[in-house]
Amino acid sequence: MAMPMRDYIRERFFPHIWCPGCGHGIVLNGLLRAIESIGLKKNDLVMVSGIGCSSRIAGYVDVHTLHTLHGRALPSATGVKMSRPELTVLVPMGDGDALAIGGNHFIHACRRNIDMTAIVMNNRTYGMTGGQYSPLSSFGTVATTAPYSNIDREFDVVSLATAAGASFVARTTPYHVQQMASILEEAIRHKGFSVVEVMSPCPTYYGRKNKEGSAVDMMERLKSLTTPVGSKAKEENPALIERGVFVKKEMPEYCEEYAKIVARAMKGK
Amino acid sequence: MEGALYAGMDFFAGYPITPSTEIAEQMAVRLPARGGKFLQMEDEIASICAIVGASLTGHKVMTATSGPGFSLMQEGLGYAIMAEIPCVIVDVQRGGPSTGLPTKVSQADVMQARWGVHGDHAIIALTASNHQDVFAMTVDAFNFAETYRTPVVLLFDEVVGHMREKLVLPGPGEVPLVERLHTSVPEGVDYHPYLPREDGRLPMSDFGGIHRYNVTGLFHDMWGFPSDKPQVVHDLLRHLVDKIENHVGEVTRYREYQVEDAETVLISYGGSARCALHVVEERRARGERIGLLELQTLWPFPSELVREKTRNARYVVVVELNMGQVLQSVKMSVERPERVFLANRVDGSLITPVDIRNILRLIHGKGV
Repeated sequence: MAMPMRDYIRERFFPHIWCPGCGHGIVLNGLLRAIESIGLKKNDLVMVSGIGCSSRIAGYVDVHTLHTLHGRALPSATGVKMSRPELTVLVPMGDGDALAIGGNHFIHACRRNIDMTAIVMNNRTYGMTGGQYSPLSSFGTVATTAPYSNIDREFDVVSLATAAGASFVARTTPYHVQQMASILEEAIRHKGFSVVEVMSPCPTYYGRKNKEGSAVDMMERLKSLTTPVGSKAKEENPALIERGVFVKKEMPEYCEEYAKIVARAMKGK
Repeated sequence: MEGALYAGMDFFAGYPITPSTEIAEQMAVRLPARGGKFLQMEDEIASICAIVGASLTGHKVMTATSGPGFSLMQEGLGYAIMAEIPCVIVDVQRGGPSTGLPTKVSQADVMQARWGVHGDHAIIALTASNHQDVFAMTVDAFNFAETYRTPVVLLFDEVVGHMREKLVLPGPGEVPLVERLHTSVPEGVDYHPYLPREDGRLPMSDFGGIHRYNVTGLFHDMWGFPSDKPQVVHDLLRHLVDKIENHVGEVTRYREYQVEDAETVLISYGGSARCALHVVEERRARGERIGLLELQTLWPFPSELVREKTRNARYVVVVELNMGQVLQSVKMSVERPERVFLANRVDGSLITPVDIRNILRLIHGKGV
């Protein structure tokens, strides 16, 4: 029997810190819907986050929450999961958090295929520090630290996670909140390392700097600039960004494999 | 390593680095055979984060590294200090700065252990000069980590790390072990992870267990929630420092050799203390009044002890393999600091008894 969604929230710690129009609150909503749909018990859920706007999400959810260092959510979560494999571990991260300072941890977590769900809340900027360019800000965008134009090229989270060996890779947006909830549910249910990129708008910094209009305009763009994976629209307009599930494959899971090592080592005694 | 296993450590995460790699290699063999976990992470930052995560769930945890890796671990060490997470970090010191001298001895991380982490804080750091004491200090490190809910640094050096000598393992129960202090708050009742008891200790609830709470590296209130209220910040910082600085006596470990009537007191630790002891034995045989105070607890610095043991000495000579990192603390601790001298070597070699003798002759005004 699923619990009402409010039960998953630490109400006394609201209001949250996110700006009006920020996509992160919708990610929280989608995530709670996914948790509720699976019927996960609060005591069986761990949320490990890093540093940034997105990482504050952990504080608002009434599960076991570990707010770690900038970029270090995944290795901290690895320690929790390895020592208590029966727990469900969710790792919400920002784009700078997950792929700049935490980039090395990210690819290695993908490679290990440890059973946890990494959610990259990609707003293409460092919001908490005021709008600097991130490894997800594309060439030609403007940021406080790229006032003339950004000459860095961005990562593609889906391609990167796929190449690094994640066994579940998906992309979604807060505009498509129903799809987001169902993708997150699928990711959490998947046995192995799951990566879900959520394109989360930041109207305060990214939007303003790059003249993408109001929060509503930015939300509209998520609709007009994306298309379901494998759709005909993508063939006609390659500039569209695909959303949906890109990778889903069965692979040996790290904790289960280590349990086999323990069994072998103990037998050898 | 034996000390860690004896203390009940069952989770290790590390990254290979000379001269500490042997610890990881042995852990990879020994831990799974006892049902424990060994993880080789992608770097030292990940290693310390992994043990912090595992410690929270109720395990005794450790990582091992050397100077360059210890540098990378500083942010995780600071996190463990702030979030009050018991763990043990072994630094088998080599020459630095930077990549330095991978295979050579040094004791130059004493200050890194104390102040490598940014911000005000207190730290416990222990060392030892022989394998029997390495065992004892390692058990103590785990006991202190649990007692004070804090990371503890084991500062060994390449000489002690790479030598072979006899070790007598105590039987189970022979050495007292401090286990995790669990809260008595039942399920369903509000548990405050950061509300100290009257004695200053904080009972823990295994993360992922029956109490849900927040852990953060930000200043936080008794629920573990971020707070920047001046009173909360002040109280937490005082707590973090006082819980260690107010227990210097309890965490001070040392050995002394003929210090009582000594005119010259050598102060040393780790590998160099072995050479200092050799000098003491040899000079005593010739009737010289010389003694050795071997420090095993380097942080918090045992100032009282050093002041007491050197009160009647004419000369105090600190023997160490750095430019005077413990020397400074000794000078600050003793009366008449002008009688404190340094006998050191900073070329990647262990200081020899001859080196120490020559320096003593200079100090005594005899010339070499």
